[in-house]
Amino acid sequence: MTNLERMTAAALPEPFARWFAQRGWQPRAHQLELLAKACAGRSALLIAPTGAGKTLAGFLPTLVELSENPRSLLRPPSPARGEGTGARGSGRELISTGYAARRAGWLHTLYISPLKALAVDIARNLETPLAEMNLPIRVETRTGDTPASKRQRQRRDPPHVLLTTPEQLALILASADAPFLFGSLRRVVLDELHALVTSKRGDLLSLGLARLFALAPDLTAVGLSATVAEPDDLRRYLMPQRQGVPVLADLVIAADGAPPQVSMLDTAERLPWAGHSARHAIAEVYDLIKCNKTTLVFVNTRSQAETIFQVLWGINDDNLAIALHHGSLDVAQRRKVEDAMASGRLRAVVCTSSLDLGVDWGAVDLVINVGAPKGASRLLQRIGRANHRMDEPSRGVLIPANRFEVLECSAALDAIAAKAQDTPPARVGALDVLAQHILGCACGGPFFADELYAEVLTAAPYAELARADFDAALDFVATGGYVLKAYERFAKIRQGKDGGWRVAHPSVAQRYRMNVGTIVEADMLKVRLVRSRASKLIPRGGRLLGEVEEYFIETLSPGDAFVFAGEVLRYEALVENEVYVSRASAEDPIVPSYEGGKFPLSTYLADRVRQIVADKNQWQALPAQVREWLEIQSWRSLLPGRRDLLVETFPRANKYYLVCYPFEGRLAHQTLGMLLTRRFERARLRPMGFVANEYALAIWGLGDAAAQIAGGALSLAALFDQDMLGDDLEAWLAESMLMKRTFRNCAIIAGLIERRFPGQEKSRRAVTISTDLVYDVLRKHQGDHILLRAARADAASGLLDIRRLGEMLSRIKGRIVHKALDHISPLAVPVMLEIGREMVYGEASEELLREAEAELVKEAMQ
Amino acid sequence: MTGLAARLLAASGGDVAVAGVALVADCAGALYWPDRALLAVADLHLEKGSSYATRGVLLPPYDTAATLARLGSLIARYAPRMVIALGDSFHDDGGTARVSIDDRAMLGALQRGRDWVWIAGNHDPTPVHGLGGSSAAMVKVGPIVFRHAPERGAAAGEIAGHLHPLARVSGRGRTVSRRCFAADGKRMVMPAFGAYAGGLNIRDRAFMDVFGGVKFTAHMLGEGRIYAIAAQRCLRGV
Repeated sequence: MTNLERMTAAALPEPFARWFAQRGWQPRAHQLELLAKACAGRSALLIAPTGAGKTLAGFLPTLVELSENPRSLLRPPSPARGEGTGARGSGRELISTGYAARRAGWLHTLYISPLKALAVDIARNLETPLAEMNLPIRVETRTGDTPASKRQRQRRDPPHVLLTTPEQLALILASADAPFLFGSLRRVVLDELHALVTSKRGDLLSLGLARLFALAPDLTAVGLSATVAEPDDLRRYLMPQRQGVPVLADLVIAADGAPPQVSMLDTAERLPWAGHSARHAIAEVYDLIKCNKTTLVFVNTRSQAETIFQVLWGINDDNLAIALHHGSLDVAQRRKVEDAMASGRLRAVVCTSSLDLGVDWGAVDLVINVGAPKGASRLLQRIGRANHRMDEPSRGVLIPANRFEVLECSAALDAIAAKAQDTPPARVGALDVLAQHILGCACGGPFFADELYAEVLTAAPYAELARADFDAALDFVATGGYVLKAYERFAKIRQGKDGGWRVAHPSVAQRYRMNVGTIVEADMLKVRLVRSRASKLIPRGGRLLGEVEEYFIETLSPGDAFVFAGEVLRYEALVENEVYVSRASAEDPIVPSYEGGKFPLSTYLADRVRQIVADKNQWQALPAQVREWLEIQSWRSLLPGRRDLLVETFPRANKYYLVCYPFEGRLAHQTLGMLLTRRFERARLRPMGFVANEYALAIWGLGDAAAQIAGGALSLAALFDQDMLGDDLEAWLAESMLMKRTFRNCAIIAGLIERRFPGQEKSRRAVTISTDLVYDVLRKHQGDHILLRAARADAASGLLDIRRLGEMLSRIKGRIVHKALDHISPLAVPVMLEIGREMVYGEASEELLREAEAELVKEAMQ
Repeated sequence: MTGLAARLLAASGGDVAVAGVALVADCAGALYWPDRALLAVADLHLEKGSSYATRGVLLPPYDTAATLARLGSLIARYAPRMVIALGDSFHDDGGTARVSIDDRAMLGALQRGRDWVWIAGNHDPTPVHGLGGSSAAMVKVGPIVFRHAPERGAAAGEIAGHLHPLARVSGRGRTVSRRCFAADGKRMVMPAFGAYAGGLNIRDRAFMDVFGGVKFTAHMLGEGRIYAIAAQRCLRGV
């Protein structure tokens, strides 16, 4: 026990001290420190590694407070303790405006988790200490699965502690009961805060938090987080902000656990040049699984998970219990895997980020990360899933799937050794989320624009929100926010004579409740297993395997074999929104590709990779095959300096190629490819296509770029000038499918398009309108509409990664190194291998139609 | 190139025949009959935006203006003597009353100096009042019958709308879907013209009923040209 612990152990009240002692546990220093902060009425951020008892630390203050004063279990003690942090004074009467109902109980603590499974799991874990200490504290969960009757009851008779999700909080806040339920709230605990704040869910939660601070004068917030690059971002998130001055919550940092033991597999096999399957190393992965009790095999995408799972079972001579877990599998199937894991019945689970967070499994003794680590912090969090006890080191092995990934893995190992963190920077609150929140506020009761604006500014992501933007969001919610004022009659919310904004009709609130949230999933189809179709009759029913993206199924024809849920399946038929499949065996089944999981490597790792490439002294740590590859590159072509951009040009098979190596991730490279294609067209280089991977971009055409550069007709500096982010970008955005998809997400989150309707479940297609058509019309007639602005803001960091591209272009200004080659260089091989394997981009739609038409002509001629 | 291939490629350039009548399928989604100086458009769905707005879905109120502007540039190009709107010109019967003053003026300008016929559709069964033109259940011109919905077992020469044909083809690891004219030499279903009009895949049962199978061609709307692709080659789904 440290001195600090000895000193503060006394602070733990009797039943708790005894309970810890009975279990042979010592309260940890950070648990006591957080308790002390809470007793002093302070909000705080706890940063602790996995296995440090974070969750118990978060609940301890609540349990202690409620147990100290048995009468407080019945009603909130009065007068209020602690310093009020709310915007309104504590003298305010709280009147329930809900439907006439008797009220009992009071809510002391609200716990919010990104995963409903986590909320349920924690409720279960709290039962034991509560029972053993004989504390009559009521703990309940409220998730999307909670029956309506129980939700009703929770509003009349709330528990002391409610465990829920950001979406459920938004729902409760949008009800008339919110002031009653939350008026007495003392604490809000935000679990896995590092994961929540990086998305629009975090924006929505920040607005909910601002609401809570306004409703509950005695509220304090506790954030629980893994280690992040900028703790101050999270500290701000936990506090109501005041204009101009950042307000920070207190910070509690747990002692580091034992440092993790991470290594990179030095494969005995030949390292592939490209691809992500890591098939070459599969026997070595299998051996690692065999040598350990329980192994988590993390991969980056669901299609990788399916592939690795297949290949592992192909060599599973010992019949080890190896399971599969990813976000598209049926929930029941996933729960089964999780339960089997928790009870130690599995030797390995192949999984995606679906297991990045969540349920605690003490038994995992090894984490294998297959493929690119993408980010140092992300990798550390994954490896922390092994050995959930902080005094023992977590063990991890990195399996690079190709040569470039060796560099990325090596960079990640350096970063871990240097304790560097590369979590993304704090978000600026999205306008579509703000619109959803404004409608939610109107559903809860009348609001005044000035007051709500002031409240929204207290949410950290919205602290800099301009009044004009708030007014635009309000105008959007009311009548669509159009310059052409055609919809006054159809307003969703209206301003009363008193100036308060109210929903125009109860159905508006009903529809809001059905569509709340910021997670917009691709249209999915259910996959059902049926017996192979002997007759024309398609059998109904059949076991549900999970869901697959609609667009993937649309590329299949009946009879095609594909891999899903770890099985090879035959596509039989599509009936309404269900895909019927049967078991099949096929030599070369198709693996579905999914939208998710394709985020880029962090800028931090990218910089480290460039550094390794530039500095021969660092090659010692690399496998011999990779060293040799780089050696030959420096001899045949050259290796770029850390801040330089290497551009190679070479002819090949009657075409001219240009390959560049920005190392900024596939998304930014795709955008660069699109924009360079336009410039190639203008330079009459007759571009034919391009392909991008995480590290490089290759673009090719019929014109010789090298000759133009040599002759002075083409300047690389001009080609890569930042001005491509001006008109060229605008012109491309007009037709970009990625931009249209981004717009669709914003339109759904903002509530322009609703995906769920009251009454009977009508066919989705019968009711919805194509957002692509809306995008085209709106772009032409009101280019600065709030939804287009929201979509552009998303495009900066999302699917188009424009911000990253901009930073790259500014980094390489004056630092472009051109190497004209007569044939392909070693460094170019990986990206060139992607041609034909990955989708080739370019304005290929018309080309595709031409080809389809040519086929018809050919057919007619035969 | 053989004669047949040349003819097929020429056909893809936009010439389509229905019951022996030579027509031009414009890649903007309208049909022009040179001999009669007649321009036909189907399913304008004007005021669809405001129709959704009455139900609380506040779509941008610019669809009518957008649709009329596109129609305007076609009229400027072909200078037709007659324009036929093949029904569902308004998204709902109340739509005519919601057309803005500016859009009314635009419509008036388009109609000036030519015949204009509103064929009744299922969305707008009531004859159009106060917006110029005349209303009809169907229009017969020579061997051609223009009506809103294709009729079961109709004789050769029928040109209809209603179904919003859309074709989808794949290649190079991706798919493209476009509005299209569906035609088999005897009958034709025209693409929807309206800015907010959705589409129905030509592999849907409804098209099998019209053409008695998949022996028809999708004339897909491309950039600056039409692509003729066998319906059989097209994918299902949206």
